[in-house]
Amino acid sequence: MPAIELSKAPQPGSTDLNQIRNFCIIAHIDHGKSTLADRMLGITEVVEQRNMRAQYLDRMDIERERGITIKSQAVRLPWRSGIDGKEYILIIIDTPGHVDFTYEVSRSLAACEGAVLLVDCAQGIEAQTLANLYLAMENNLTIIPVLNKIDLPNAQPEKFAKELANLIGCQPEDCLRVSGKTGDGVADLLDQIIAQIPAPQGDASAPARALIFDSVYDSYRGVVTYVRVVDGHLLPRDQIQMFSTGVRHEMLEVGVISPEPLPSKGLGVGEVGYLITGVKDVRQSRVGDTVTTYNNPTKTALGGYKDPKPMVFSGLFPLDGADFPVLREALDKLQLNDAALVYEPESSAALGFGFRCGFLGLLHMEIVRERLERESKLNLISTAPNVVYNVKMEDGKEVRVTNPSEFPDGKVAAVFEPIVKSTILAPSEYIGVIMELCQDRRGVLLGMDYISEDRVEIRYNLPLAEIVFDFFDQLKSRTKGYASLDYEEKGDEEGNLVKVDILLQGEPVDAFSAIVHRDKAYSYGVMMTGKLRELIPRQQFEVPIQAAIGSRIIARESIRAIRKDVLAKCYGGDISRKRKLLEKQKEGKKRMKMVGRVEVPQEAFVAALATDADIEKIKAARKAGN
Amino acid sequence: MNKTLSFYVHIPYCTRRCGYCDFNTYTPAELRIGGDFASVSHSYIDLLLKESDLVPDAGQIPTIFFGGGTPTLMEPSDLAKILNRLRDRFGFTDDCEITIEANPDTVSLEKLTQLRSIGINRVSFGMQSAVPHVLATLDRTHNPENVVRATHWAREAGFSEVSVDLIYGAPGESLTEWEETIDQALSLPISHISAYALIVEEGTKFAAQVKRGEVVMPDEDETADKYLLADKKFSAAGLNWYEVSNWSLPGSQCRHNIAYWEGKNWRGLGPGAHSHIDGKRWWNVKHPSAYGERLSAGLDPAQGSEILTLEEREVERILLAIRLPDGIALASLSAAQREQMETFLAQGHLSEENWNRGILSLTLSGRLLADRIVREILA
Repeated sequence: MPAIELSKAPQPGSTDLNQIRNFCIIAHIDHGKSTLADRMLGITEVVEQRNMRAQYLDRMDIERERGITIKSQAVRLPWRSGIDGKEYILIIIDTPGHVDFTYEVSRSLAACEGAVLLVDCAQGIEAQTLANLYLAMENNLTIIPVLNKIDLPNAQPEKFAKELANLIGCQPEDCLRVSGKTGDGVADLLDQIIAQIPAPQGDASAPARALIFDSVYDSYRGVVTYVRVVDGHLLPRDQIQMFSTGVRHEMLEVGVISPEPLPSKGLGVGEVGYLITGVKDVRQSRVGDTVTTYNNPTKTALGGYKDPKPMVFSGLFPLDGADFPVLREALDKLQLNDAALVYEPESSAALGFGFRCGFLGLLHMEIVRERLERESKLNLISTAPNVVYNVKMEDGKEVRVTNPSEFPDGKVAAVFEPIVKSTILAPSEYIGVIMELCQDRRGVLLGMDYISEDRVEIRYNLPLAEIVFDFFDQLKSRTKGYASLDYEEKGDEEGNLVKVDILLQGEPVDAFSAIVHRDKAYSYGVMMTGKLRELIPRQQFEVPIQAAIGSRIIARESIRAIRKDVLAKCYGGDISRKRKLLEKQKEGKKRMKMVGRVEVPQEAFVAALATDADIEKIKAARKAGN
Repeated sequence: MNKTLSFYVHIPYCTRRCGYCDFNTYTPAELRIGGDFASVSHSYIDLLLKESDLVPDAGQIPTIFFGGGTPTLMEPSDLAKILNRLRDRFGFTDDCEITIEANPDTVSLEKLTQLRSIGINRVSFGMQSAVPHVLATLDRTHNPENVVRATHWAREAGFSEVSVDLIYGAPGESLTEWEETIDQALSLPISHISAYALIVEEGTKFAAQVKRGEVVMPDEDETADKYLLADKKFSAAGLNWYEVSNWSLPGSQCRHNIAYWEGKNWRGLGPGAHSHIDGKRWWNVKHPSAYGERLSAGLDPAQGSEILTLEEREVERILLAIRLPDGIALASLSAAQREQMETFLAQGHLSEENWNRGILSLTLSGRLLADRIVREILA
């Protein structure tokens, strides 16, 4: 049997460098990474058959349900090579697989020497996989191309072997073929990982340097930090120090994941494992930082450390205003595990008290929201997401705008917005519609390549604001779901951007302001004034609704004064009914927000600001309440 | 002032149900009884008599109103029994007003003569519209001609107070068609008109049709125009408004309804009937069979009640009084409430003349906004 009993396998802290293989699996959602990882746990016998469960490594419900990995893991697998018969330690570093987490992915890749490029041979490679593949190649990782799901009846291994070969410059027959589901080819894959991926290199006698590639908050243990030891070693009694902050921590535990946490006598050079220091907040143990020892600190950090930077902002408000403290607590708790999440209290005339939150991207936003709702049983409304603008004033002042209502008055010299470099992979028949969409969204074509006979890679620079709006939905619907998208930040560029204000009876309503491209200001104005005309009930007087750029009106609508508001009948039995209705209406009136003299129902704000999905949710909640 | 007690007598039967109606009424099919209303009439009147016996003495009766349902489905001799019982128990005032609602299809000269002879002195016909397609939309079966005949018969039978009910604002009704209905009504020998904007009542067949988009309710502004037209034409014919939806020749107001609006005491008899005595409201069980079971078992058929707080009584006073030309004494409102009303005054929805005399009363445009004005007063 190629599996090795754990107690007889090379032990953490004393494993020879040459016996170690650190690798990750690069794959798209649902291309079978978790199933393959499960299979690896099975055949190396680190998990007993009876303890096995599907998607073993995905810890959160949300990861299992959505089939995505949010946090990485690093599992140590002993394996006797079927080629040379020697014992090895394989460490799978599970990477998050989404565009929002590119930085986390890059750190995970930096902890490996090789990558398994796993592609569903019924679907072919997807844009995010391609992006991560390029990232792996930039990190000089050895790539092992693997076609998964060869058991599927619609598998096209020949076609996609060619595609992979083109992409990484190998021969189609170099692609391994496996089935995570049946286990076919998995033992061979493990042997090939040993044969092809180089052992780590490092100086065992140098001061300790370990790369943090993930940092996870555990409610019992505090922060669990995942590291790859690059030089030296870490021992249970060491005091460690974070290079970026210089802060010192007591080490409480060192160990490896096998695949449950297992304390060890240390972590040697080239090894991957975890540290527990009693730190309670992942921001004190940041991904990309270098861990060293206090007594023998290194002088040079490992490269590539970056602070996570929120790219997308949205207001999160509890549906029930009384839940505000619950939301605050839930965010505080979540932040312990999510160094990229930022938030500050925000109050909205329409939605009450909530938080303006910054996220790495749309998926990050969705995940945070879903976790808040699920783990704290909250019902949330989120406002339409927006990006961060930098506004330069003529007097030289610079203003950072994370909420359109903060857009400065006065003379604006220039507005800068974040631009991303995006990669779209799609069947070539959709080139036309994709280009049309990108042009419409202010895209600048960078280039286009055929990655196989009928699949194409299209590259565009696009304003992030356009992607945040509804680009992805549009892309999917226009390509019948076949296109995939990936993007990376490319910095800020000046844009011809203006703030459109919405005025009710001449009074601007902050909540409805938006920052849009000048060419789209008119259509935004028409859309929003039209929407509000439908949403705001008629008042005692005529209410003009205007959209304006500065003092220039670009669109207008008007709500006619109400003429009839009386129930025709009021006899015996109607009287108490009418009184009760009046009391109910009085309550309803309390929920109205006064904008000048205009009564605006909260629903109007919600409907104008919230996402369509939220509006559906609010309707459903109201229906259930009735 | 001596205490009085008005009576509302509910007749919960109709030969068929109209699509827009949400009144507490039942068809023979719904009650699983045959079409023989004579026997229904006898046994139902017995129940009403039982209930009336439960009413404690509370003064003379100034008004009685037979409403429904279709009260004319009852045998006049049965209605006479209840009138006699009430007269014997409480006594009628000299000018006691006794009204019956009538379906123009189910009356004859003979029947009207009988009704008049048992002491009923006011009749109100459900005319609704003079336009056949509007009647069809409302699910009414009668021929507009029947109304002409019925009102003349009523006169012939000796009724000096004859009223018609109209409904405007049904889907598909044009302003001209509404004018036709008005003109037709004004050509009848009547002394009183009630005109109601059609209300979509939840749970009705009509509401379901609206919800499914089979019929589309007209624009509220158009319905407002119809109200203005009605008021103009009624006034020109000498019928003056005395409540938001009611117009009459001088002296021909329905005193029974005025009792509701003035917060007087009244007692309802029959399933689902409401009562109000000195700030207490209650209502009977709704279904005729539940009502029958209660009374047969010697139980009070009341199902629920509420004792109005002073604040609630004040709310009711305002919401009712504002519907009348005499309005509300400004002195009974707080300074803040009066101030709140100044916008409406400035917009011409409140009579400036009356305001200056210390009365808050609605102008023509104000009547159309009565509920909104009440909400503002009570906000």
